[in-house]
Order: sequence, then C-alpha cells, then structure tokens
Amino acid sequence: MGMDINTKKLKKNAFRVSKVRGIGASRIRVPGGYLDARILGMVQEIAQTYGNGYVHLTTRQGFEIEGIRFEDMEAINKKLQPIIEMLEINQTEPGTGYPASGTRNISACIGSNVCPFANYNTAKLAKRIEKEVFPNDLHFKIACTGCSNDCAKARMHDFGIIGMTMPQYDPARCVSCQACIKGCRSLSVDALRMENYKILRDTEKCIGCGVCVTKCPTRALTRSPKKYYKLAIMGRTGKKNPRLGKDFLVWADEDNIVRIILNTYKFVREYISPDAPAGKEHIGYIIDRVGFEEYKKWALDGVELMPETIVNQCVYWDGIHFDNKGK
Amino acid sequence: MDYRLSSVQAGELFEKLSGAYDIYGPALFAGTGCFADTDVIRYKKLRSFDEIVWDRKSDYSFKEVLLPVNETLFYYTEDETKVPKGPQKEILIFLRSCDLHAVKRLDEIYLNNGFEDFYYARIRRRTKFALMGCRETCGSGFCVSMGTNRTEEYDLYMEPEDGGFGIGCCLEELEAYVKAAGGEKASVSPAFAAENKEKVTLPRKLSNESFTKEIWKEYGSRCIGCGRCNFVCPTCTCFTMQDIFYRDNEKAGERRRVWASCQVDGFTDIAGGITFRKDQGDRFRFKVMHKIYDYEKRFGYPMCVGCGRCDDVCPEYISYSNCVNRLAKEEELA
Repeated sequence: MGMDINTKKLKKNAFRVSKVRGIGASRIRVPGGYLDARILGMVQEIAQTYGNGYVHLTTRQGFEIEGIRFEDMEAINKKLQPIIEMLEINQTEPGTGYPASGTRNISACIGSNVCPFANYNTAKLAKRIEKEVFPNDLHFKIACTGCSNDCAKARMHDFGIIGMTMPQYDPARCVSCQACIKGCRSLSVDALRMENYKILRDTEKCIGCGVCVTKCPTRALTRSPKKYYKLAIMGRTGKKNPRLGKDFLVWADEDNIVRIILNTYKFVREYISPDAPAGKEHIGYIIDRVGFEEYKKWALDGVELMPETIVNQCVYWDGIHFDNKGK
Repeated sequence: MDYRLSSVQAGELFEKLSGAYDIYGPALFAGTGCFADTDVIRYKKLRSFDEIVWDRKSDYSFKEVLLPVNETLFYYTEDETKVPKGPQKEILIFLRSCDLHAVKRLDEIYLNNGFEDFYYARIRRRTKFALMGCRETCGSGFCVSMGTNRTEEYDLYMEPEDGGFGIGCCLEELEAYVKAAGGEKASVSPAFAAENKEKVTLPRKLSNESFTKEIWKEYGSRCIGCGRCNFVCPTCTCFTMQDIFYRDNEKAGERRRVWASCQVDGFTDIAGGITFRKDQGDRFRFKVMHKIYDYEKRFGYPMCVGCGRCDDVCPEYISYSNCVNRLAKEEELA
C-alpha cells in the first residue's frame, strides 16, 4: 500500500515535505526568538526520538526538526503540545500541533532585554503580534527590531517594526561635552549641533535611534516616556523583485501598527490572486497590482494616529527587478 | 531627641517644613536611564518624603543642589550686569554618610581655599542636612576604607520604619517641626555601614615619579573620556565658564558656570591652542592622583569619600577602586 498523505494539510500543520520520500521536518515557531531554555530540552527529545538527531535553527528563529517520518506526525504533535503551551501559541485544538503555517513566526532582534541600543522589548511586541495574527494561512512576514540598526532585517519583511525614541533634552543638565553630537555623527545621521553651548536637534534628520541618549553622561538627553516605532512595509526577498521595505509610518505607536497589520489581512483576503500558487502571494505583489492608494485606504481604516506620527502618503519601492527582463 | 512619626504625621512634617525649606532628596526618575526602560536615581526638589528612594544609592550625588549643573552667574546688557537672586528659602538635603563627608570636601574647595565663592556660599549657608542611614552596605562603596561610613555632622536623621519614620534631631530648629507634627518620643540610632564588600588600600608613596607608571597607559587605552565618573562624583568640583550672547540680541547675554570633567576633551585647552593632557591615560592619572594624592597633600585628607558611584557608572568597566588597590599593591611589591 502506497503512502497516502494530504501534503496541503501537512504543510498547514507546520510540517515540511523533504527531498527524501516519506521523510519530512517539524517546524516550531518561537515568537521573537525568545524562549524558556527548558524548551530546548523538549526539542532535543523530539529530534532524538523521531528525527535524525539534528535540528536546524531557522532563519525566522524557529526550530526545524529534521528527518521525521510522516507516520509519526500525530505523536510529534502530542510532544509539541507543552512547547506550544509554554510559548502561548494560539491553537484551535490541543494535541494537534500548529493550526497554520502561512503567517510566519514573528522574528525579532534581541531587543531591550539585553541590547543597550534597543528602544523597546522586541520579544514582547513579537509575542503580542503573534497573539493577534496567528493562526492564519495568509503568507505574512513580520519582524520587530529594536533600533534603526535593524539587526532583525525588518526591512526585508512585509512589516518591519523599527524601534524609535524621541530624544528629550533638558538644557539645565547639559554640560556641552558634545558626546551626543559626536555619537550622532559617527554612529547615526549627524542630526545634532551646538549653539550657545546647547544642543539643537534637526527634527527632519533625526531617525530616533537613541544613540544620543546612550552617550549622554549627565541624563540631559533621555528617552521619551512614549515608545515610538517606524513601520517599514513590503520589503521582501524572492525571485522576481527583491526589495527593502519603505517607511509608511514614522513616530507611530504600537496599537496602530497592530491595527494596520490586521487591516492588511482584510485587504489581502479581498485582493489576493485566485491563481496564487498554494494560496500564497506576497502582499507586496498584491499592492503592486492593486496600487498603494487602495492599500492605504484599507490599512488606515479606523486608525487614529497621534499628531506626531508622519504618514508617507505615497510609497514607492525599487529593489532589483528580475521579472521584467526583455519586456 | 529622637522621635517616631506615623506616615500621616510625616506628611504634616513635610507640609510644615516646606513653608521654610526647599527639601531635596534622591528620587526615582523612571525610564531616564541610558538604556531603554532603565531608571535613574538622582536629586530633585521633593514634593513628599514618599519620593525618597531609601533602599538604593543614588546614581548622581547631592552635589547638584549646591552646585547646579548650569548656574547663571550674571546677566549682562551693554552697560550693566545683574546677579540672579540666590535661594529664597532654607534648604534641607537628604543624603548618606559618604555624601555628608563630601560636603566637607566641597566646602574646602569653595569656602576655605583662599577665598569664599559667593554663589556656593549663599546656597551653602542656608543648607541643612538630613542623614539617611545605611543598614547594609551598598555594592560598590568603600566608605569604611575611606573613614566616611560614620558621621555626626548631620542636623536631622530620618529612616523609614514600620510604615512611619524614626527621626533623630540634632538641630533645635528642626526638632520644633518634628514636635509640632506630633512626634512621639522614641529611641533612634543612625544606621552606619560597618563593613563594605569593597575594600580599598591607599598607596602611601605616590609622587611625581608615579606619572610614568605603566598602569596609566593601560587605563588610557580603555577610557573613552565620557566624564561620567566626574559627573557622578560627589567631590568633583570643576566647572568651566560659558558666555552666552542671546541669539536675537547679541548685546545681551549671560555668563554661566557649567560642570566640567577632566576626562572630557577641552578641559586643559588654553589660549594658543595648547592642550596639556591630550592622552586619556594622562587624564585618568590626573583624576586618580587628585583624589588620593594632590588633594591630601594640600588639605591633609583624601578627597575621595568611597561612594563607589564612578565604579557603578563607567561604561567601560574601569574600576577606580581597583586602580587604587593596584597602586597600593605595586608599592607593597616594590
């Protein structure tokens, strides 16, 4: 009797079909790449019991347990249950593994848990977004990065959330040492200068990276109590037209970013190509087809932005085109 | 006399004291640290005793109350100058024993070092000190080594206990306020740290010969010259002058004195473009030797009070206390 398996169902259940017949891989999502170390032991156990003993650390910060046999999928799903629960992944039925795989793991840089440059807790936001968007079959890639260094490569995602801070300046604490000016010049965008021994910030140039704050020795420059984010959209890799995401919102807040992501799911459901292979079409290509104006209408539906938030009314992407050669 | 106040009574005490005093103490400035979601404890004019952080050492010292980071010395027009008003009220500062010993160092520099500094003196004369106890040693302080762990120079002692406060009064004027707030007689003895985790031995044979030690080169290669160690230090007293010409009317302006750091570029620049201590190692040597050698040669006791703040704040993990111990060790081995 031949092996009779619904591969569409299998993939949706976060397994992968491998090169070797009858053998697949089990994919574990870890929002923000942040996990209780005990989970490592559980992954190890599954890999040694059902796999070939090897695990791939995926580019999206999950695990992929190699060399598992399709007939063990049910047993593996049972073994995955404590991992799913510890990571608080939304699930439809306990013991049945992951209910979807289209919306990918939300990845993040290490963020303010550890990194001195990070402007926010990236893992926490990744987890919040995961809770809001998963499970979903639509192909969305979202990444959270702590500052404009973008170590998470957020600009290569459909949604790249880049942490910002609005520098707060108390001239009464400033000693004119110029550490902020030098720091901004050498590490960032040279947005600061001194006049009458006090610091002036070019608000057009400032990218809210927070370098000036980390350099200030007297706490004359501090972070804003409010957390700010840049939302870069529709970056992507791929065969046709890889490109970096462009800024849609600057100085935006967390709640509205989540709302825009959820609105985008509605937009995609409306406009995704019926011919999309395996129901998978990068959002960026849909926007390329439908037009940014239409996308913007959907994205900003019900969104009330803070007065300081800058909305780029027209977003144009470039990138490398492999899809129109000879046309 | 010693007293006990309930928290309600302490609220009344604060209210009454505020009529005559601006009260300063170490308070939490949430989210204002160098890194995201980190806090800073530094001095502010208090609105209540509840704002005081009792269980941790302040990151910045009390010195900014007596020596503002920026202080306008006078305003000028084309033909006149005007000195801004001094403090309008008495001042009460909450601080710990090490910091109270630092007051003596500031006084030495600003009051007894040749002539009296007008600006410092007018604030200092109106200042009283409320001692905060140290039931346990802080992590980085070495007050015991520096002999600054105990003091009797305070005007008031206060510590939180069982939802209220224990208060020791040394100054009658302040005691009257405590009594008026309904203070019950009690027995309160100030808590002083008897032992520190950090212990420091001072080198005793420093001289101009010490300038060429290899150790300075090592620290010179590590120090980034940010000046944090100076700015948090309760005994660093250096300032620079800034003349500001108002942008909209350059015929008027003001002269300020502003905190300066011997580690930061520009400190030893003089007319003609000469810089005396270009090398970061020379600057570090200057700082350390000033704290434990030069000052003592002039005034008879070391400048450093062993609060440990410079060790806590250095982004390059340079430990001043370890440097001092290394210097002492070198002498021992020599």
